[in-house]
Amino acid sequence: MSASDRLLTDAELKGTNLEGLHARPLRARRLLTVYVYEAPVRLWHWVTAASIVVLAVTGYLIGSPPPSLSGEASSHYQMGWIRYLHFAAAWIFSVGFVGRVIWAFMGNIYSREIFFLPLWKKEYWKDLLDEMLVYAFIKKQAKTVVGHNALARTALFFCFTLTGLFMIVTGFALYSDGTGIDSWEGRVFGWIMPWQGGDLSTHFLHHWGMWVIVLFVMIHVYTVSREDIMSRQTLISAMTNGYRNFRDDRPD
Amino acid sequence: MAVLETFYDVMRRQGISRRSFVKYCSLTAAALGLGPEFVPQIAEAMETKPRTPVLWLHGLECTCCSESFIRAAHPLVKDVILSMISLDYDDTLMASAGHQAEAILDEVMEKYHGNYILAVEGNPPLNEDGMYCIIGGKPFVDQLRRVASGAKAVISWGSCASYGCVQAARPNPTQATPVHKVILDKPIIKVPGCPPIAEVMTGVITYMQTFDRLPELDRQGRPKMFYSQRIHDKCYRRPHFDAGQYVEAFDDEGARKGYCLYKVGCKGPTTYNACSTVRWNDGVSFPIQSGHGCIGCSEDGFWDKGSWYARLQDVSGFGIEASADKVGMAAAGVVGAGLAAHAAVSALTRARYKGDDV
Repeated sequence: MSASDRLLTDAELKGTNLEGLHARPLRARRLLTVYVYEAPVRLWHWVTAASIVVLAVTGYLIGSPPPSLSGEASSHYQMGWIRYLHFAAAWIFSVGFVGRVIWAFMGNIYSREIFFLPLWKKEYWKDLLDEMLVYAFIKKQAKTVVGHNALARTALFFCFTLTGLFMIVTGFALYSDGTGIDSWEGRVFGWIMPWQGGDLSTHFLHHWGMWVIVLFVMIHVYTVSREDIMSRQTLISAMTNGYRNFRDDRPD
Repeated sequence: MAVLETFYDVMRRQGISRRSFVKYCSLTAAALGLGPEFVPQIAEAMETKPRTPVLWLHGLECTCCSESFIRAAHPLVKDVILSMISLDYDDTLMASAGHQAEAILDEVMEKYHGNYILAVEGNPPLNEDGMYCIIGGKPFVDQLRRVASGAKAVISWGSCASYGCVQAARPNPTQATPVHKVILDKPIIKVPGCPPIAEVMTGVITYMQTFDRLPELDRQGRPKMFYSQRIHDKCYRRPHFDAGQYVEAFDDEGARKGYCLYKVGCKGPTTYNACSTVRWNDGVSFPIQSGHGCIGCSEDGFWDKGSWYARLQDVSGFGIEASADKVGMAAAGVVGAGLAAHAAVSALTRARYKGDDV
């Protein structure tokens, strides 16, 4: 361990808010904190997370509806509400996605990371391999990163950014079934269905997209929690308050 | 000369009164979704325009399109359209056969070069140089190309001509190919369905005869007036869908009460056709009304898109009838178990790591 992230002594707490406490059991250290995720990114993240939950649940129910209801048709609107929630959440997801793309141009350099992969940089490939070795329990720790690590960035790019875009495009194409082929959705996205081999194929692929995103969310939640505990930087708090703490100052 | 006769001449010759003729024009206008102001226009066209010859070719097919066409509901439509269009060649319906029939084909092609309409039922198989479908001793694809070369427009009758249908289903051994992939230089109107609705077929022809132009087509080349909405959009069982009331099995209470057939695989939500509005057999019924889900016969590749009784197509390569959901659930289970195992190993290494450094 380098000198900068060593544990503090009782004497060093003098003159701080911790004065009078024992340093040792607190494992008090002085560490670097960086501001990485700006407010619009954080807001977008949680809005998108909520909309994905609604979209996945309602989308699954549209494909496999709950048991049939009895009574008069006029006294229920179950599928109507399920579809309404799906479309409302889809609009929130889509507008958020567009807003996030715009923010990539306005925000800090970390706000651009999920939209492209620096495939031409040797460093990216090395970091990707390192991160994989860590997850294979071969290496103990990877280097610290301010934004996303190379493996996270790759997964985000394919499983969120590209799949999300695919879901928006196929989703609006399917939405044009209801709004009509002359609606703007039909004119802009309607070509998707004949191109994919028909309406049913687009339904099918849109359904697959959900499962890709569901699996991604599972892995995302696990790895973020794991990194927050085991890696050399914090992750969960970075997406709530924007600040990332490093657990050591070692140069990589 | 018979070829210069107008529709009106033919109708009168067949003993149809002026009154019935005007009625027919009104009905046709309504069927085409046109306002009453178009009735005189239709009547005038029928009275003055010489009949356009229609050459009707049959490729790899089951002839259900013809069967549907000759059962066009309104008697006037049946009697009139069939004799009204100058259907100069249709080997299934025409009286002459053999060399005589083929001679008429050549004659019309020459005399009306660039002015006749080619209607194609079925499609050409391209494998083995087209030998899977022989008409008059020659491959059908040759006849199709030859007749299409002088046509004003091509009508693709039914799902065979429009998309390929059953003979183009996997593995498609004869390489049956829809018309638009063989004829590349002519306007093509697709009238899909297996078969298409009779009134849709006669409606398309009447529109082309009356206005001397193609009906407005959608992106896939289908007439918008009949194919711009799904079965689902105008289905009389739609309120049950929105309410969440479904037939769960074909013999349950829901089936008796006429609930939505979505759960037993109705393809109405993905099928563009006019069945739920025009219906069949003089508006008597249509599949959903008789208690069976739509099979999506007017959509591209409907034979290859899984069971008629399932919502989504099957996933090949994961067992015989795995659905996307089953595969997805299994994948989620595997990933979940993998993550749990990974977490356990991580915790163990972490415990050891703590011992080392802190």
